[in-house]
Amino acid sequence: MTMDDNNLTFDKITSDLTHHIRINKGFLIWMGVLTAALATCLYAYSLQLRTGLGVAGIRDYVTWGLYLSNFVFFVAASLIGMLVSAVLGLAGMKWITPITRIAETIAVAFAAVAGLVIVSDMGRPERLAYVFIYGRPQSPILWDVTVIITYFVLSLLLLYLPLIADMAIIHRKVDKLPSWLKVIYKSLSLNFTDNPAQNKVISRSIRILLILLVPAALSIHTVTSWLFAVTSRAGWDSTIFGPYFVSGAFVAGSAAVIIAMFFFRKNYRLENYLTESHFDKMGKVLATVSMVYLYFNINEYLVPGYKLQRADAIHLAELFTGKDALRFWLVQIGGLILPILLLLFGYFRKPLPILVISIAVLVAAWFKRYLIVIPTQEHPFLPIQHVPHNFMVYSPTLIESMITIAPFIMVLMIITLISKFFPVIPLHETAVEKGVEHIKFE
Amino acid sequence: MHIISDKNQIMEENNNTHSPNDPEKSKASTRRNFLKNLGLAGVGVATGAAALYSGHIFEAKKEATGESKVLLTQDGKLVSVDSLEIKSHEKTGEDLRESQSREGIPGRRWVMVTDLSKCRNARKCINACQDAHQLRPEQYHMNTLQMQDTPNTAPYNMPKNCQHCDNPPCVAVCPVDATYKRPDGIVLIENDRCIGCRFCMAACPYSARIFNWLEPKDAAAHQGQDYNAELNVPQKLGTISKCLFSADRLREGKLPYCVEACPNGVYYFGDENEDAVTNGTTKETVRLSKLLRDNGGYQLMPELGTKPRVYYLPPKNRLFPFEEAKDATPEKV
Repeated sequence: MTMDDNNLTFDKITSDLTHHIRINKGFLIWMGVLTAALATCLYAYSLQLRTGLGVAGIRDYVTWGLYLSNFVFFVAASLIGMLVSAVLGLAGMKWITPITRIAETIAVAFAAVAGLVIVSDMGRPERLAYVFIYGRPQSPILWDVTVIITYFVLSLLLLYLPLIADMAIIHRKVDKLPSWLKVIYKSLSLNFTDNPAQNKVISRSIRILLILLVPAALSIHTVTSWLFAVTSRAGWDSTIFGPYFVSGAFVAGSAAVIIAMFFFRKNYRLENYLTESHFDKMGKVLATVSMVYLYFNINEYLVPGYKLQRADAIHLAELFTGKDALRFWLVQIGGLILPILLLLFGYFRKPLPILVISIAVLVAAWFKRYLIVIPTQEHPFLPIQHVPHNFMVYSPTLIESMITIAPFIMVLMIITLISKFFPVIPLHETAVEKGVEHIKFE
Repeated sequence: MHIISDKNQIMEENNNTHSPNDPEKSKASTRRNFLKNLGLAGVGVATGAAALYSGHIFEAKKEATGESKVLLTQDGKLVSVDSLEIKSHEKTGEDLRESQSREGIPGRRWVMVTDLSKCRNARKCINACQDAHQLRPEQYHMNTLQMQDTPNTAPYNMPKNCQHCDNPPCVAVCPVDATYKRPDGIVLIENDRCIGCRFCMAACPYSARIFNWLEPKDAAAHQGQDYNAELNVPQKLGTISKCLFSADRLREGKLPYCVEACPNGVYYFGDENEDAVTNGTTKETVRLSKLLRDNGGYQLMPELGTKPRVYYLPPKNRLFPFEEAKDATPEKV
């Protein structure tokens, strides 16, 4: 127990964790900027709807481009909810309490938007319902749709259940809130009065959700990896794509959580709750999952690189020394090997250094998906001939880039809204864990 | 019948409760008689109606012969139907075309043989194909590739179309059954169904599939044209297209567009069940098995297990010298 903990009262915790819940100028400006940016990107999408997918750089050979690699990235980032809440939580790690809601918020935001990302890649988005009407269970797309919806619902519930108690506290304890907001909080609190029966139902439900979350999360990214692995193309035809993608997802997700922790800590003045020790521990988590990912990377490149079968040889030459070499080595060294080495030292697990490392890791994680999805298609089994030059080499267009940025803006908006109107750190759980005197529900 | 007897019984009971000699009661009795008669009339009407109805049912039964036939329904169930109820069902127009394009041509197993020793990259097959299917110059159902397998082996021309695999990876991954394998061996596309996810393109190891990234060629001119899956026209924005083995031509008993257009005798096309293929240029029909056996026929990437329906004859003793091909397609589309 630190000095701070001794001085904590329930009122102090409540005020610390909820003082940011107010509509202020900064929030309005930030949302205004995001809305304007989103509107611009949606205009780009309207052009695509009118003209066709041809406004993007994708063509008959590189047929999956930014949209699809972005989709993989979004699914990957959403997996962090499982790692923090389910894996670490079920393993009995107490220190994750203040991070769980951040992780769940990120999971919900990325999972929700991932579905939209994939719609932006459809040639006939108005036929989306056909997937449900004519869906064929042997297509991995059906599996993907099923598990993503499942995972999203589970994550949403896991975000909501711990909020019930917090809502009950806020609508009773926090003044200066607009009355409409209080009405929302009250209805969301479902008449929670902190009686043992209610707490039992909630904690049991959360536990069931945490257990269900593990297979659901493993499934979404494994199935997403199978969109590639079920083909016979060099670079995709791999039996370890499932664990390769899942471990990579934990790297991206951990980095995203660390970045979010840093900004919430600073903007919402949560230094007493998100301590340096939390960054240190998340730094160790990031290093660990990165090492696992590095192990799968070595398998994924060394084994085919040793045999050099014809198609694999062309693919790997392009990555190691060819057109994609700069990107490849920046991602592998700058986004994986170097972060692992740095994170071994305590200094680099302090908030600011680990923020910089996490940003590098997250950017690299995005390019990594690009490197998995695109180069393979530039080298099919049969030569690409008698087609325009832009069929042979993929280069994303401006419109395509804007449509790719749109989901990021949406994720930021969702995270902003959730974190602005709800405590970033679980209020009730923190109070219980700190053992402070409890609010009396009348 | 028992309804009537019940009624009589009740009426009898009513009569027994009152003495007929009572004058007060005699008026009531008249009224009671009236009611009794009314009741009887009602019963009579009901009985008559029931009789008429059952007579009607009997008549209706008499219309059928009672002789039942066992039939197979479209979804594969055996049902028994009265022989007189059977009416022949003729499909017309769109319905006919849709069911035909899914069912294929009965009894056939289409197969193609491409003789690489004869191809000089005249590209006549490509032009005929693109004309028939309303394709732009850079959109190929059939494309002739300039191949060189290893640095020290000779280059050759290789026409490449959809291989109409018997184990088609594209069909397996399609989420909406928009691309399908017919019993006659042809893999078709229904572009009214296609959602444009392009998973089939990613799955195809032969790069056989193309996509309508932009408004198809002369889209305005073909607007309103009935969709024909066996020809895959009109092409539709945001959907897949590919070689169809000219299913529309086969239905008319003709050879595919490319096979017919080849000036150099490269293509043989026919039916595996008949073990016969016809050369599109010379119109000579030969035994499929003998042609493949005598000339060392092979398939593209059989190790992938896709089981193609297109065979190649190796490029030995080539009739034409190999020339680097010039591209006619635009720089950027």
